Amino acid sequence: MAYSAGTLPEAFDLVVATHVSLCDECRARLDALDAVGGAVLEDCAQVAMSADSLSATLAMIADAPSEQAPHVAAKGAVFPAPLQEYVSGDLDAVKWRSVGGGVRQAILKTSNDASVRLLRIPGGAKMPDHGHRGMEMTLVLQGAFKDEDDRFARGDVEFANEDLHHTPVAEEGVDCICLAATDAPLKFNAFIPRIAQPFLRI
Amino acid sequence: MVETNAKAEWVGHVRRIHEDRDQSAFAEVFAHFAPRVKAFLMKSGASETLAEECTQEAMATLWRKAHLFDPSRASVSTWIFTIARNRRIDMLRKQRRPEPEDIPWGPEAEPAPEDVIALQQESVQLGEALANLPETQRELIEKAYFGDLSHSQIAAETGLPLGTIKSRIRLALDRLRHAMK
Repeated sequence: MAYSAGTLPEAFDLVVATHVSLCDECRARLDALDAVGGAVLEDCAQVAMSADSLSATLAMIADAPSEQAPHVAAKGAVFPAPLQEYVSGDLDAVKWRSVGGGVRQAILKTSNDASVRLLRIPGGAKMPDHGHRGMEMTLVLQGAFKDEDDRFARGDVEFANEDLHHTPVAEEGVDCICLAATDAPLKFNAFIPRIAQPFLRI
Repeated sequence: MVETNAKAEWVGHVRRIHEDRDQSAFAEVFAHFAPRVKAFLMKSGASETLAEECTQEAMATLWRKAHLFDPSRASVSTWIFTIARNRRIDMLRKQRRPEPEDIPWGPEAEPAPEDVIALQQESVQLGEALANLPETQRELIEKAYFGDLSHSQIAAETGLPLGTIKSRIRLALDRLRHAMK
């Protein structure tokens, strides 16, 4: 809902857009929420445009070519298109930095009200203890990880906050690659991503 | 029925913009939607000048993307809503808005006419369902979509407790869902 209304920080928007690229059910829900937005727009009050606005718009149109369809990731790509735009390519374009324990990360540039990073955890290794100081949203892109209760594989999203204490472990096999957004340590109103939660949880 | 015809007509307008670069069709779409988009942007916190500029850009985007509009997936008002929302984020926040990629369904075919009619009729029903919501619930839905208002800001503005706002929004969305069955 917050993604549809356009009120999430950019870092969380990226995780939602990437997840929706992989999940038909959430795409259908997003379309439904957008449809409510359309109905609200149709229903809402009007404010008169300035007198020359139509001609100004037509002038703007005359200057610009038509827009191309958004980029679609190649078949077999690990990263869906919205993520590829931030990385400037697929998995092989990521500039990893080691954070110890065999785990590597790459922080992506977004607005600073929240942050988002790629994590690469070798099969069988423990997830780094990054402490849930705020709201965190983790999307699996390759491999899988497990905690005491659940297993998360490609396309799955895990939500965590300060209250969650668990020890996720990457499954044996290929490296587990995740996209994780968090509002900590720059703590903003943690209520916002929680609105996205029922929307993303299947 | 008049309403249904009007909605179906907008789909035809967008097709004429795309196929014939028809400026009079564009002028009609502009006359109907631009004042709504401008109001939407001003309610989400834009000054009148910024809203005017942003609306013009959104309408220009509509022209440039007319060939991408899929009437089996969205009504024209929904499509314009998403364009306006994205422009708002671009302009007010100077942030990028990541958009999901289309899930490939196989070769892209022309949308089937019956799918287009079904979707457009559902959109009319949705509009009616929204209009029939109790005033308090409709207001909250609108506030949530008019955007840069978080739920806690809505709480401050309306004086309602956060829990009440959350449950009213959920209730309103449930009712809309129910009305669509």
